[in-house]
Amino acid sequence: MKKAITFTLNNEVIETEVDPKWTLLYLLREVLEMTGTKEGCGYGECGACTVIINGQAVDSCLYPVMEAEGRKITTIEGIMLKSGELDPIQQALVQNGAVQCGFCTPGMVMSAKALLDEKERPTEDDIKDSIAGNLCRCTGYVNIVDAIKSVAGGR
Amino acid sequence: MSSLTKVGQRIPKKDAPLKVTGAAIYIQDMKVPGMLYGKILYSKYAHAKILKIDTGKAEKLAGVRAVLTGADVPNNFKFGFLKDNPPLKTGKVLSARDEIAAVAAISAEIAEEALDLIEVEYEELPGIFDPLDAMKEGAPLIHEEFKSNVLKLPWKLVAGDVEEAKKASAYIAEDSFSTQWVTHCCLGTSGCIAAFDMNNNLTMYSNTQIPSLAQNDYLEALKTFGLKNKRVRIIQCVIGGGFGSKLDTYAYEYIAILLALKTRKPVKIVFSREEEFFATSPRQCTITKISQGCDKDGRLTFREMEMVLDNGAYVSWGATTPSVMMVPISSLYKVQNIKYVAKCVYTNNTYSQAMRGYGNPQATFAIESCLDQLAEKAGIDPLEIRRINANEPGEITPQNFRITSCGMKECIDEVANRLDWKGKRGKHNNRGVGMASLIHVGGAARVYKSDGCGTIIKMDDNGKVDVITGSSEIGQGSETIISQIVAEVLGINIDDINVINNDTDVCPWDVGAHASRTTFVAGNSALGAARKIKAQILEVAAKNLGEDPQSLDIKDGVVFSTKDKEKNIPLSKVLRKVHYSLGGRMLVAENFYDPPNENFDQNFRGNLSVSYAYGAHGVEVEVDKDTGQVKILNYIAAHDVGKAINPMLLEGQIYGGGLQGIGYALGERMIFEKGVLKNGNFLDYKMPTAKDVPPVQAVIVETDEQAGPFGAKGIGEPGLVPTAPAIANAIYDAVGVRIKDLPITPEKVLRALQEKGKIA
Ligand code: FES
Ligand code: FES
Repeated sequence: MKKAITFTLNNEVIETEVDPKWTLLYLLREVLEMTGTKEGCGYGECGACTVIINGQAVDSCLYPVMEAEGRKITTIEGIMLKSGELDPIQQALVQNGAVQCGFCTPGMVMSAKALLDEKERPTEDDIKDSIAGNLCRCTGYVNIVDAIKSVAGGR
Repeated sequence: MSSLTKVGQRIPKKDAPLKVTGAAIYIQDMKVPGMLYGKILYSKYAHAKILKIDTGKAEKLAGVRAVLTGADVPNNFKFGFLKDNPPLKTGKVLSARDEIAAVAAISAEIAEEALDLIEVEYEELPGIFDPLDAMKEGAPLIHEEFKSNVLKLPWKLVAGDVEEAKKASAYIAEDSFSTQWVTHCCLGTSGCIAAFDMNNNLTMYSNTQIPSLAQNDYLEALKTFGLKNKRVRIIQCVIGGGFGSKLDTYAYEYIAILLALKTRKPVKIVFSREEEFFATSPRQCTITKISQGCDKDGRLTFREMEMVLDNGAYVSWGATTPSVMMVPISSLYKVQNIKYVAKCVYTNNTYSQAMRGYGNPQATFAIESCLDQLAEKAGIDPLEIRRINANEPGEITPQNFRITSCGMKECIDEVANRLDWKGKRGKHNNRGVGMASLIHVGGAARVYKSDGCGTIIKMDDNGKVDVITGSSEIGQGSETIISQIVAEVLGINIDDINVINNDTDVCPWDVGAHASRTTFVAGNSALGAARKIKAQILEVAAKNLGEDPQSLDIKDGVVFSTKDKEKNIPLSKVLRKVHYSLGGRMLVAENFYDPPNENFDQNFRGNLSVSYAYGAHGVEVEVDKDTGQVKILNYIAAHDVGKAINPMLLEGQIYGGGLQGIGYALGERMIFEKGVLKNGNFLDYKMPTAKDVPPVQAVIVETDEQAGPFGAKGIGEPGLVPTAPAIANAIYDAVGVRIKDLPITPEKVLRALQEKGKIA
């Protein structure tokens, strides 16, 4: 049995019917066809599916879709600036060579964004903690950490 | 060379904006109209007879469109390096990843449900999970038809006279080393979509790293299925990591093809993370006996190695990794007398494949650990023994490798200086330093008969450039490197170049993203094509400017006379001239680059690569004697790369490779019990996270390789080759125990310390 839910997705109010068994990731990827959010494991261990819910970085693959009710959700599709430019963290990842295969990247962006929105001047440890749940096999994380630092340091 | 404006610059990756916005389309994201979802049922046991498969209930489930078993595979089709692997097994299963049945359904959930309805009866057979057991007299045969569990592959290299050299050696060190199964852990799992048109031509949406070769594999399959004279088109989606895992074709791809044929619908199979762990082909474990000797001055006299590799149940490219292991075995440092024998052995484990480094990490672990043992016996500093024996330009090694550019000494010295080797070594205060060097192919590797790559460059769209290349972008940045090379030659901006690299209907031949060959081969190919089209452009411009082509050049998209800057014409105009004139033409150039390297002869001699990549890694560790924990305090990775076309992307290869190497050294290990993977998830398989990254410096040593594009050599694999022995050597320096079995876990360190009686 499907149930109605209402939530805010990338600043837009969404009213839709969902199967309560779905995860938020399923709704995003399979139903709404918003494939920017990736699935790397499906059980909360890789962070590729990270979205921001009410300011917190969350693994959407573990998030029961009914919990979205009334919440404010931001996905990778929702963080480009109004002008069409990249968000500073996206820009920094590009400029610092922090992207290789890119499969982890949307999740990295969201985790880093949640950190940068919350903390004006995160420390190196804050940065590593914020992406500790985001696995990347390509980059060795060095340029990713540098990219996040450059955003934090530049303001 | 100082006038370069694109090559040598830290230019962001061209596809990065697509990836940071989530707009890049991976196989996971891909849908084709009418598409069905395929799922695979795997064996319950590593070795068993299949007594009965009942698919009746699964077939009746609403939404199921096809169920296949081994009986549905036409003409006994088998794939793989030795053609020993049927996509769906009949009669007997030989490993726990053996495919038993497959389903196509209108949704992934229904397909999954249908798998649960398939009933299989097995009779479990005793399995062989240790290659040494498999080699014993009278051991049951994994593949009865091959009459032996040892693969009939001729891995034996002999140069000089090892026995004589032993007698003449002042010091000899010998020991045994072993390494573990590890897996690629691509963040994007494997997958494909197989689709047939009305005429049974196949389109595969794929994330292969060998499009031209995969095309051939599928063609062979179609032929065996009775579809003669068909066409195969491969379209690569954005690839979520390769590292060698996509260097072969796999059962799931043939299953998707068979399901698509049966249902007449496109069929998509994408692996779950669990499948990615147990049903892809990892880097095999090895057991190595090594002995090395030197004279009284520390000059190496011989190297003798015997190796057993667990091949697993079927043969893929993993069984050919001894050919690349030979590179360090014969040619890391100057050593004239070599003996190497390797046996690849069938077991009931998962089967091995290529993984970044292609055997080199396993061989180098033994060589470089043992070299420190030898140095100790000879009373020589490990740094000195490496400097004494370092390779040099102009050398011809025992395998007939012709060493051209070689920055090995510079790399060793960079490491020593940056680590403060003299100040830190030999303190035995729980802190220690260690180093290890590497050699790898750096100018392609002639593994197949061809080592070539084609490029087509065309100019259209108001002077913009399309570069159509055979090479694959697997995240390493080939698209950007090729653009930099072409932009440099043509005097245009990177953004004015569009690289097309993902469709075999359009792209020319290439043998794939492997052997660290893409910058070298695809780069040279693109360089040649760019020069050709530039000559055409200048010829047209010369006519229009009334100049001689020799005195023209291009900068910022404008052709100008080097004698008289006032005489110039923008590229867009040149293009218009060629299109809008009587008897007009196109501006197109093509170039095929097949490097002048050699296949091995039957004695494994031949200049496998046009040039060789060198490097040295140094590490400072701190060992906690109470817990056995090893902490990396400082990590230096120095690499001779010829020339860095893009230092930023190059450092990315070093950082990424290095951390894979650290995972290999200190934690990663696939744990099998009776052939069944027990830690196939990211919680239990310890892939490094951001918190495991030590302070690391990537040091680029440039040696200007004459045969490379703008002097460049390959760097895709070297970053993880010397990591494990460098760490093992540092641990020895810190606490006096040598761990010879990877990964170096705290338990092993603790046990070794206890055995040494250092702990009360
Ligand atoms: S897909 Fe959600 S954590 Fe991996
Ligand atoms: S860029 Fe490939 S996993 Fe992070």
